[in-house]
Amino acid sequence: MSTTERDSVTDLAALDAARVRLNSDEAVLRMSQTEAEEAEGYRAPTQEGLGERMIMNMGPQHPSTHGVLRLVLELDGETITRSKPVIGYLHTGMERTGEELTYLQGPTNVTRMDYASPLFTELAFSLATESLLGIEVPERAQWIRMLMCEVNRLSSHMLFMATNGMDLGAVSMMLYGWREREELLRFLEAVTGLRMNHNYIRPGGVAADLPDGWRDHLLRAIDPLPERLEEFDTLMTGQPIWQNRLQGVGAITTEECYSLGVTGPILRSTGAAWDLRRDMPYLRYEEVDFDVLVGSFGDSFDRYAIRLGEMRESIRIIRQILDRMPSGDYRIQDKKVTPPPRARIDESMEALIHHFKIFTEGFKVPEGETYAAVESPRGELGVYIVSDGSSKPYRMHVRAPSFVNLQSLPHLMKDSLIADTVAIISSVDPIMGEVDR
Amino acid sequence: MDPLLSGDIGLAEVLIVVLKVVVAFAALMVGVMLMVWFERKLVADMQNRIGPNRAGPFGLLQTLADGIKLFFKEELTPAEADPVVYRLAPYLSLIPAFLVFTVVPVAGNFSGDNDGVVTLFGHETLMQVADPQIGILLVLAMSSVAVYGIMLAGWSSGSKYPLLGSVRATSQMVSYEAALGLSVATVLLLAGSLSTNLIVDTQAGGRWNLWMTGLVPFVVFLVAGTAELNRPPFDLVEAEQELVGGFHTEYTALRFAMFFLAEFMNTVTMSAIIVTLFFGGPAGPTFGLTGWFPDYVLGFVYFFAKLFVFLFVFVWFRATLPRLRYDQLMDLGWKLLIPLALGWFLIVAAVKVAVDSSWNVAVVVVVAIAGLFLGGALLRLASRSGRAARLEEARSTGETPNQLTGGRS
Repeated sequence: MSTTERDSVTDLAALDAARVRLNSDEAVLRMSQTEAEEAEGYRAPTQEGLGERMIMNMGPQHPSTHGVLRLVLELDGETITRSKPVIGYLHTGMERTGEELTYLQGPTNVTRMDYASPLFTELAFSLATESLLGIEVPERAQWIRMLMCEVNRLSSHMLFMATNGMDLGAVSMMLYGWREREELLRFLEAVTGLRMNHNYIRPGGVAADLPDGWRDHLLRAIDPLPERLEEFDTLMTGQPIWQNRLQGVGAITTEECYSLGVTGPILRSTGAAWDLRRDMPYLRYEEVDFDVLVGSFGDSFDRYAIRLGEMRESIRIIRQILDRMPSGDYRIQDKKVTPPPRARIDESMEALIHHFKIFTEGFKVPEGETYAAVESPRGELGVYIVSDGSSKPYRMHVRAPSFVNLQSLPHLMKDSLIADTVAIISSVDPIMGEVDR
Repeated sequence: MDPLLSGDIGLAEVLIVVLKVVVAFAALMVGVMLMVWFERKLVADMQNRIGPNRAGPFGLLQTLADGIKLFFKEELTPAEADPVVYRLAPYLSLIPAFLVFTVVPVAGNFSGDNDGVVTLFGHETLMQVADPQIGILLVLAMSSVAVYGIMLAGWSSGSKYPLLGSVRATSQMVSYEAALGLSVATVLLLAGSLSTNLIVDTQAGGRWNLWMTGLVPFVVFLVAGTAELNRPPFDLVEAEQELVGGFHTEYTALRFAMFFLAEFMNTVTMSAIIVTLFFGGPAGPTFGLTGWFPDYVLGFVYFFAKLFVFLFVFVWFRATLPRLRYDQLMDLGWKLLIPLALGWFLIVAAVKVAVDSSWNVAVVVVVAIAGLFLGGALLRLASRSGRAARLEEARSTGETPNQLTGGRS
């Protein structure tokens, strides 16, 4: 972390100015659709050619609102004057459910939040639990976690490439993105048994060791990728229509990002090099070599380009992990936290008791509270846990990057066209499962 | 004028005309069916998919199956809709699509002085349903009428997304018709006639308008034609990701099928018009094969081969290009295509006058191209100063000039 970027965080005057700007730009429609529609003439036609406004509802059933996001748009012709994201259509009470499940059952639950990159939520939850327990997972487990997360980052960004292409009308791009993602998901499936909702990273390590032949399998999946990314460049990055559609669309500044709490590729697109993998390292990210990519305009094109570049960085990280994967245990050998191997249960009464206790009552976690954050493909993903000393969290809260990033939508969409709305939603890349939890 | 109708008109002549109408109608319907299949299959190939493969061999009957399915669906009319216009709109879209095809010469003997005339059942005739003297004007007129189909469909649906779609449709199709008309005018200048038969005839012997008009009108026509068809990358009217279905969001069953049919029929006819205007239609070398089989067979082979190239091109566009934004589409139309087509039209006219009155052609060409560049520079200057003025105004009123600067100024 260089000091210059730190300075911009502490430049309070600039932050205040951004906050004032965000509050006064009238980008947010602060009423419901019904109220807005009933308030006829709440904005009368003016002399300067500004006509009457129309309220249009976009979503929750709409092809490009990425699931069940709903936007209430106030339109002047095709230009958006104010807008309001409405969420909650996928609310399943996962945070509350998490307080009814033991720490061992926790990852099964949190993995369903960000379904495009489930391993990151599992990781954040496990890191938080481990910090409460005060345990350190074995070396190999840490590298496995890193490997799996980077593969997951690749598959998540591939999903972004696919949907971003589709939202802008480059329909073939959707299938190309899907094709690459499929190979990565096959690898994840070979390791974890599932294509999504893996429940693989658990407090104390990972669920199982990497299977035989994982190295070849992974290489088969990532070796063609650099070439395919070049194809993406040909199809999209250098495409004049693509550039025109994205450049200058949905621009945001660093200070506005800080004010709104926006992180991830959106923050980096503004030029702020903030990546938790480098700035607050967890696992073994200090030991691998990678670049944090930043943009300079903070627009949709930069966000697209950053994600494309991050895929290349992820491949770089994965190759380093492949070279350095240590041998050893894949989970901690602590009888209170890790269930004993199946064979031991037949031999040892003590092992049977531990097994029974772990799966019925769960392991007890000392009183305290903690916050663990990881850099998910969408930004800072944090899990905050308060423990009362029992085997279930007293309170669990997830700082979901999609949820926080979604706040920026009205500001990004101010004065843009409907076609840009789609590009902007896509470039914010929200996962509604994570937004609503 | 069709030689069939120049003399007395008896039963045989009427029967031949009826036969041509029936064959053209059936061929177009089957052609559209195959076009839908071809497009789906080709796009699937380009996207590493398999595409339709269930109904019939290689999925050939998929379109028919879809059509039958849509036939049995319920025709819903939204409560807010204007019922009469809502029902009328699909026909306004479909009928012009059919009518355009009547003036396309699909075959014919254009070698020597034959002028495309072939002998059918002992009568001399042209291989097109009609050859009115206003041939190409009919094409332009019909594509204008088709705008009403889309516009009224969107407007009468009584829903917001179709409304936006129809607003886009109206401005898009009206603007691009200007560019389309100007590039056609260049062709007409060389042919000296509006009749499609004569246009093809003047191109016989490899004198294709493609190079006779200097490529530019063709490019303008192809781009404007794609926009006129509402096909990607200009499919803003029905942009699925933005407007759900655009003007046909509220349409179901057979009415939806009619829009769908009209769209693909337009693709086929637009390709046919391109082939007619720029690629010599059914004209082509005979290789001394005349007399081996009826006159019209070879012409049809040439016509179909050329048509196929453009059908492929349209599908290729769809698989490759992202969609333009509304304002970018307007910029492209008004600031590039229309001035370019107009300038080129004037150059071709100047050259034609120069050739006719035996001036020095080289000098005329140089002066004309210099004029084109000068005009282009002036236009650019005008649009830039206009933009600057708008920016200034936006700043003085304190509005965020987000859209004008594109955030990157």
